[in-house]
Amino acid sequence: MYVAVKGGEAAILATHDLVAEARRGDESVPELGVAQIREQMGLACGRVMNEGSLYDPDLAALALKQAQGDAIEAAFLMRAYRTTLPRFGSSEPLDTAKMAIRRRVSATYKDLPGGQVLGPTYDYTHRLFDFALMDEAAPAESPARPAAQPLDTSMPRVPDILGAEGLMEEEAPPAGDPRPFDLTREPVTFPADRDVRLQAMARGDEGFMLGLGYSVQRGYGNSHPFVGEVRVGEVAVEYVPEELGFAVDLGDITLTECQMVNQFAGSKEVPPQFTRGYGLSFGHSERKAMSMSLVDRALKAREFGEATTYPAQQDEFVLYHSDNVEAAGFVEHLKLPHYVDFQGELELIRRIRKEREQRLAKQQEALPEAAE
Amino acid sequence: MAHDDTLIGAGFSDPVFQSQGAFRALLAALSEPGLACDLGEAIAPPAGLEAATAVTLLTLADYETPIWLPAALRNGPAGAWLRFHCGAALVEDPARAAFAVVDGAMTEPKLAGFNAGDDQFPDRSTTVLVQCAGLAGGETVTLEGPGIAGRRSIAPTGLRPGFWAEVEGNAALYPLGVDLLLVHGAQVLGLPRSTQIVEAR
Amino acid sequence: MTVHQSISDETRPAYNYAYLDEQTKRMIRRALLKAVAIPGYQVPFGSREMPLARGWGTGGIQVTAAIMGPDDTLKVIDQGADDTTNAVSIRRFFERTADARTTEATDEATIIQTRHRIPEAPLKAGQIMVYQVPQPEPLRKLEPHEAETRKMHAWAEYGLMQVKLYENIARFGEVTTTYDYPVMVNGRYVMAPSPIPKFDNPKMQMSPALQLFGAGREKRIYAVPPHTSVRSLDFDDHPFRIQSWEQPCALCGAADSYLDEVVIDDQGGRMFVCSDSHHCETRRADGHRGAMLADASALHLVEDEAKP
Repeated sequence: MYVAVKGGEAAILATHDLVAEARRGDESVPELGVAQIREQMGLACGRVMNEGSLYDPDLAALALKQAQGDAIEAAFLMRAYRTTLPRFGSSEPLDTAKMAIRRRVSATYKDLPGGQVLGPTYDYTHRLFDFALMDEAAPAESPARPAAQPLDTSMPRVPDILGAEGLMEEEAPPAGDPRPFDLTREPVTFPADRDVRLQAMARGDEGFMLGLGYSVQRGYGNSHPFVGEVRVGEVAVEYVPEELGFAVDLGDITLTECQMVNQFAGSKEVPPQFTRGYGLSFGHSERKAMSMSLVDRALKAREFGEATTYPAQQDEFVLYHSDNVEAAGFVEHLKLPHYVDFQGELELIRRIRKEREQRLAKQQEALPEAAE
Repeated sequence: MAHDDTLIGAGFSDPVFQSQGAFRALLAALSEPGLACDLGEAIAPPAGLEAATAVTLLTLADYETPIWLPAALRNGPAGAWLRFHCGAALVEDPARAAFAVVDGAMTEPKLAGFNAGDDQFPDRSTTVLVQCAGLAGGETVTLEGPGIAGRRSIAPTGLRPGFWAEVEGNAALYPLGVDLLLVHGAQVLGLPRSTQIVEAR
Repeated sequence: MTVHQSISDETRPAYNYAYLDEQTKRMIRRALLKAVAIPGYQVPFGSREMPLARGWGTGGIQVTAAIMGPDDTLKVIDQGADDTTNAVSIRRFFERTADARTTEATDEATIIQTRHRIPEAPLKAGQIMVYQVPQPEPLRKLEPHEAETRKMHAWAEYGLMQVKLYENIARFGEVTTTYDYPVMVNGRYVMAPSPIPKFDNPKMQMSPALQLFGAGREKRIYAVPPHTSVRSLDFDDHPFRIQSWEQPCALCGAADSYLDEVVIDDQGGRMFVCSDSHHCETRRADGHRGAMLADASALHLVEDEAKP
């Protein structure tokens, strides 16, 4: 009824209480600790850090707890917090060649310096329930044993190996090595440069990036990718404070990097060479990094003079639609009242129908009887 | 107290609310061209800047907005003051400036030397603060355009000969063009590119 | 990495006045001044992540946050009403972050943030309307690429829009756009007035109030200064016309306000009432009575101010 909207304030406050109750669930079940989420839901925390654009496993865990495990809602919490943080400056560029490797696999070489390191992966698990996990008393000790030999300290990145031979598309910073664009501070214009595209994809929705990457593989884009390398591990973050003038180690972050090697392109000027698709994400998130690297390569189509027929090749399409916080907001805003505009549509459709009936009736009258 | 060029005077004592108040006056000035708006006496400006100029730049300028000043101001206390309080870069090329401060009586630089924006991004144009001898008492200029019900007359003083022809030329570029703020003392009067000069006598 | 000591830290960080940091406010203020100088042109701005969802008014909220101060009185409406849920939520946001003085009275407000309506009471000089805008680009449905629509605005190339409107007329005998009806501003830019019903378009023409538009998700700000030409697109043989109803408001009897339809039973019964709740209440307080006011009052659905 007309006054259904009255008392909106009380209703809103009641929803806050109800969501708190729903979040807690059955109180006879112990409350979940943030540290438990951080330690035992690490992949979910990684996704929230990526899409929330903030490396903070504790806050990601808190966000997941507060959001009842809804990854997009959790990313939203992270972003709304991130936007209020003061900025001290930018870190030095990370050097993933110096990553402390946990996992590193290459599909382009059988063996290579540093070797293939499988590390913690679901790849070769059989997806059978481990019903023992139903039992909360977890095994006391980790079954993992240290390797007989320590990993090599040097693990060159595969594109660097190809690059040494001159077979890999060279990627140099733009002239003057300007500070990368920050789409959270400045409006994006099109066509968008690669720094903007990579930033947008790094915070883009994992499912959307996966779908786009898959579309490239299936033929909506000219792509012949090989995983040059996927590596997961810890990388040091360094920062140079103005007043000190030298780099200070701020700590390590876990990263996943994927470099996708794509079939060559070349022209009269440039000899045939492999081209690169790049993906980088927080935490252990191979699916995200791989999808990103496929789409990164597809978005280079314009630079290589290739057709840009398909969604994954169009920067506007990818950048505008990969942001799940924006997309969720706009899709879900349809829940808001729209009855004023709907009334306009009702008025129109009734009037057009009425006018149509009158017109038809008139035609009917005008129709001579003899015509039957 | 003797004026000391080496000291940088204070900015806003209450940045959040003083800049908010000043912004609303600037918004009113550009929304209703030709209407003199008061920016208040919140600060003592450095030598060479009108109080309204200093308040406007404190309110709007920062490290993202290069400022053009006449060389004498750029290399003097005004330049030092703006660098310190706004963190703004002071540029020599008028076409690179987001904000510019000019002396209305000086013959150079011409308005056409500043950035008029481009047809896809006309907003990327310079906002020029024209420091003049007074906002009233001069020859009457009649204005028309958005923000003005009918017509409005202004009579600023201390503007170089040919200034109004330049303003007309700027308006002819619409939707490109620079936006002008005529300033004197604590007052500001807006002349955005959308304003037409109907008559200047 | 965020540098924070511990989540359970006792010292809570304080948010800035009106939530936005000062650098962000400067950026938005600069965009607003350029918007005012080029009426109807969409200025790109560095829209921030807000604690409210995209599409739920973050553009309007950022504009309001960048302009408001302690001297302001804020009114927030959604669908014309002050007590719709999202209006309540946004008003609470400003009460919390800016200690805002708020009102439901249109003539007391210095800033009116709105979604989908312009109040019925005429706006006054000195008032600022802040519109929440979901899609600032009036040409977007005709041309999805921003790179293309920007060129169309640059060259004032609006033929596509004319064609679309005319196709409408050819098919239905009239333009079938009922809300977010495109307007020409200051004779230069075609502008989306936001999804207000076309009923409200004429209120924009030469309004004494300043009108600001914020699209948070799409990262655009635009403006219409006071006393500016805002013409709804039409054709000589098919002039622009607004909605009308066959009956007045059932509560206050107003015959010239935009009405919402309320379904009152499952037998097809309905009543039509003012969408502008404050306008309706003011009229009832002044003694205007609609046909169903007594019924509604008896059911405690509205206050009948005329009753002793």
